[in-house]
Amino acid sequence: MRAVNLRELWSFRDLLWLLVWRDFAARYKQTILGPLWHIVQPLLTTVIFTLVFSHVAALPTSGLPPTIFYLCGLLAWNYFSQTFSSISTTLVANAALFGKVYFPRLIVPLAGLFSNLISFAIQFATFLVVLALYRLLHPGATVALRWEGVFLPLVLLQLAAFSLGAGLWLAALTTKFRDFTVLAGFVIQLWMYVTPIIYPLSQVPAPWRRWIAINPVAVPVEAFRSLLLGAGAIGPALWAISIGMTLGVLVSGVVIFQRVEKNFIDVV
Amino acid sequence: MSRPIIEVSGLSKRYRIGVIGATSLREEFQRSWDRLRGRKEPDANDFWALRDVSFEVRPGEVVGVIGRNGAGKSTLLKILARITEPTSGRAVLRGRAASLLEVGTGFHPELTGRENIFLNGAILGMTRAEVRQKFDEIVAFAEVEQFIDTPVKRYSSGMYVRLAFAVAAHLEPEILIIDEVLAVGDAQFQQKCLGKMRAVATGEGRTVLFVSHDMAAISTLTQHCLLLEAGRVRSFAPTADAVTEYFSRHGRIELAYAAEGPAPARPRIAAVTVETSESPGIQAAGQPLTVRIDLEHAEPLKQGCLSFQIVNQFQQPATHLWLYGTDTPFGSQPGRTRLECRLPRVRLNVGHYALKLYFSEPPGGQMFEILEHVCPFEVVRLDATTLWGWRPEACAYHEEGEWTVSPC
Repeated sequence: MRAVNLRELWSFRDLLWLLVWRDFAARYKQTILGPLWHIVQPLLTTVIFTLVFSHVAALPTSGLPPTIFYLCGLLAWNYFSQTFSSISTTLVANAALFGKVYFPRLIVPLAGLFSNLISFAIQFATFLVVLALYRLLHPGATVALRWEGVFLPLVLLQLAAFSLGAGLWLAALTTKFRDFTVLAGFVIQLWMYVTPIIYPLSQVPAPWRRWIAINPVAVPVEAFRSLLLGAGAIGPALWAISIGMTLGVLVSGVVIFQRVEKNFIDVV
Repeated sequence: MSRPIIEVSGLSKRYRIGVIGATSLREEFQRSWDRLRGRKEPDANDFWALRDVSFEVRPGEVVGVIGRNGAGKSTLLKILARITEPTSGRAVLRGRAASLLEVGTGFHPELTGRENIFLNGAILGMTRAEVRQKFDEIVAFAEVEQFIDTPVKRYSSGMYVRLAFAVAAHLEPEILIIDEVLAVGDAQFQQKCLGKMRAVATGEGRTVLFVSHDMAAISTLTQHCLLLEAGRVRSFAPTADAVTEYFSRHGRIELAYAAEGPAPARPRIAAVTVETSESPGIQAAGQPLTVRIDLEHAEPLKQGCLSFQIVNQFQQPATHLWLYGTDTPFGSQPGRTRLECRLPRVRLNVGHYALKLYFSEPPGGQMFEILEHVCPFEVVRLDATTLWGWRPEACAYHEEGEWTVSPC
């Protein structure tokens, strides 16, 4: 096993920022809406969720207004799913570049982590605006931001760590077997349903609840709503399982990524 | 002697033919299963791109890496550039290394020239401060001042390549690894690149590893060459010797040139022969030499230009002879035309020579064909002796001089 060369990573920090900026700047060149797409996607999803899951299926939403409930869950979920997807293509998508120039390969997934943070910030601002509008339109509403929200960055950190770990795993596997690219596409769809986004964690039958924490995204998603809006609570056992899983995936992901990146250029 | 800056010992790299990129999950399970049951994997599929390669380069040396396609040049460079790992052996690089394996990698078409300079610089290992410091120089070198804020996808291919080379050429690593960059841009820009590389290589005391098929560039830029053959080191010698060996092993050993395949629509050189004064391929200085060139053209040639250089073993053209249709019309009948050029007294110095031919229309017209390194021959001196012996590097050709000695 080769340790991560932190000093080398640090010496390439300029590249990291340039890649973050490139991801962001280049993605929306020649689009009309530009970065507004970051807002449109969660808003439309929320509308559909509200119609289908709240009005048609009548799933409970922890006493929160459904719109706010879904949007808050999607905030966390979108950061995970987008970061995971962009990191998982790191090696294959950049094969041409990696085949020509050496720089620490980890820079590219890290850049994915940060550039998705920008879109997270935009979506977070959208969430705040929607919340404010909701309170404006419903003067009697009890939903409000909680001071516990200041701990949100810690939850985001866990989410980022897991996205990185899982993304690196997939990136490493896809270099050899393209099967995983196909797999990733629908796994992410199914994954959303085993994550409490369209339903609260409290709605999961008690014997199963512990098992849902094995999905390391479940607890952060629930924690988003709990910290920001005070809906739902997470016991220490769930936190422990979730953080343990996250660390395990992160460390093993980095290890396997570093093993594969040495020679992957010979197999892609 | 200073410590080597590049130290390569016992380097080998194995590739698995047939397995590369073609595995599916099922095949992999199959192989793991076979391994578990103790079945040895067939190693008939193994291909050694490099086998036990060792050499050392001292600081400030400019070393060429030559060999025919598939000899392992690119694999060697990839390992030195840390793009892939060797199967066994090791390569030690003492200093910051930058590779220029292909210019323009990492350019993003949607970004402007300015943005790409910073991005590409960072990819190649420069900090933002370094790029900012070199920015004006890079832009000026690439000659793209007016278009610096235009997305590079709107650049002509020439501009694109110039910008890419300019960024890479302004890197300041201790070790520079270059692969075939000279195949870019127009002839004028190539000269400029060559000049820049010479400055980088000689003036700035940098260590350079340079891979190319262009023996002229290799000969002008490098002092030593590593000749690879089928993954092994064939020789590591002064450039002139290595290049000669390369040509003698891989060059056209035929003393005459004959084009292959049916005649294409465009005019071409069908055959070239050199009639030497002694045995085939051996020319005595002072004796006549005849070059015969057969041209093939389906249409009458309007104005053909045919010229050839006699290039010495150091890849320097020793002389240039030409026949222009504008002065002496030729090829007015479609079919084949034979041109014959007789040199009454060859004044070339001793050594190995070959021809380089150019067949084209006058300036501004089409270039039909350039033939490199055909009809090799050796010039020997039979009519005179020198006190120090005849040496190829002594001069390019012999002038007739008249000496007088008188007291004064």
